Amino acid sequence: MFAIVDYDTGNTLNLKKALNYLNIENKLTADPDEILNADAVVLPGVGAFEAAVDALKERNLIEVLKKAANEKHPFLGICLGMQLLFEDSEEYGLNKGLDLIPGHVKEIPENSDLKIPQMGWNQNQVASNSPFKVADQEYTYFVHSYYASCAPKYVVAEVDYGIKIPSIVQNNNVVGMQFHPEKSGQVGLNLLNKFQEMVTTNDFSRN
Amino acid sequence: MLAKRIIPCLDVADGRVKKGINFVNLTDVGDPVEIAAEYQKQGADELIFLDISATNEKRKTMIDVVEQVSKQVFMPLTIGGGVTSVEDIQKLLKAGADKVAINSAAVNDPDLITEGAKKFGNQCIVVAIDVKFDPESKQYFVYTHGGQQKTDIEAISWAKEVVAKGAGELLVTGMDQDGTKDGFNISLYQQLGEAVNVPIIASGGAGKLADFSDVFLQANVDGALAASVFHYGELTIDDVKSYLKQKGVVVR
Repeated sequence: MFAIVDYDTGNTLNLKKALNYLNIENKLTADPDEILNADAVVLPGVGAFEAAVDALKERNLIEVLKKAANEKHPFLGICLGMQLLFEDSEEYGLNKGLDLIPGHVKEIPENSDLKIPQMGWNQNQVASNSPFKVADQEYTYFVHSYYASCAPKYVVAEVDYGIKIPSIVQNNNVVGMQFHPEKSGQVGLNLLNKFQEMVTTNDFSRN
Repeated sequence: MLAKRIIPCLDVADGRVKKGINFVNLTDVGDPVEIAAEYQKQGADELIFLDISATNEKRKTMIDVVEQVSKQVFMPLTIGGGVTSVEDIQKLLKAGADKVAINSAAVNDPDLITEGAKKFGNQCIVVAIDVKFDPESKQYFVYTHGGQQKTDIEAISWAKEVVAKGAGELLVTGMDQDGTKDGFNISLYQQLGEAVNVPIIASGGAGKLADFSDVFLQANVDGALAASVFHYGELTIDDVKSYLKQKGVVVR
């Protein structure tokens, strides 16, 4: 059973619909026991970083999520949920994240040719032999104004938006997707299935 | 590189897709779920559903349409038509919409844009603008109520204003071109592209392949919307994308 962390954020229900469609058993929950006993923790998120951190704090979930990840439970952050995996974000002042992957969330640099937010389909380049290789050269759907800046060893896939933007990141059992797999058609569904396979086999090696 | 988006638009009334759609393989030509799934298969990048129901009562069925479509179709969905309040926006987003388009209500109550953007984020607030060229003043003016009512609002300054108020995307229909299949209004989108820095969806006039490449190559727009050319099978999304690729436009 996947625990989808329920903290009143935007894309939760669509994510649930995608998991249902894939017959991946899941439950929306903010209950610490359920989160810690789930086969995998999925952290969705849409909106502003600080508001999301506050919503998690209100529900006393920060330590629970850190514990789940540190005890090697499979963990998937999506969109803002991925950004929350990092040390901090500079969105509206510096705010601390869950600190599960070393790195910082920064604003996409202004560039006269590019609009912010990045909204639409962008093409992934997957360098490693990760199971997420299925996304190589494939387009996924993005909506974001900030991006994760981290060491190459955590970057599984990236897209070109004036700068290279990490689209899939991974630190052992902790995986993040900047795009919305639940809105990325068959490619997105394939990626959720791959994550499910990694959970089932408990294999989070990147090769 | 971010791909240019090709977006079919579906008119929905009382929970059914209107305008004859004649894909041969549909079992129920008015079923929004089946049509959405077909467009997903064809490679549409996004779908826009416009509720053209006559009354508020009938409009409630749109929530159900969004619920059903989003269980089966995993691509961005924009819903518009008759949206007048933050509650309307919230209900549609909760049902599975990714973006909500407001049109007449944005003119009547511009604060709705700001309230919606603050509460749900700019990215899900699309302002739809219907515009017509006025030959005397040589300016574009905004029309409301499905293009029935002329306003004295000049369209380019209105576009800037709604973006300042929090619109995350503009869906701009050139009414003079709409239904003509004579091509998009390039000069309108050029002016808009200079004026604002949010994504712009061009609408009105799509008829042939070159219309799509013209608007993408000559104006700074992010998506092109079409209805009848796709619904009647005159062009497939694949035709359009293959052609755009040849012309050097990045598509998915």
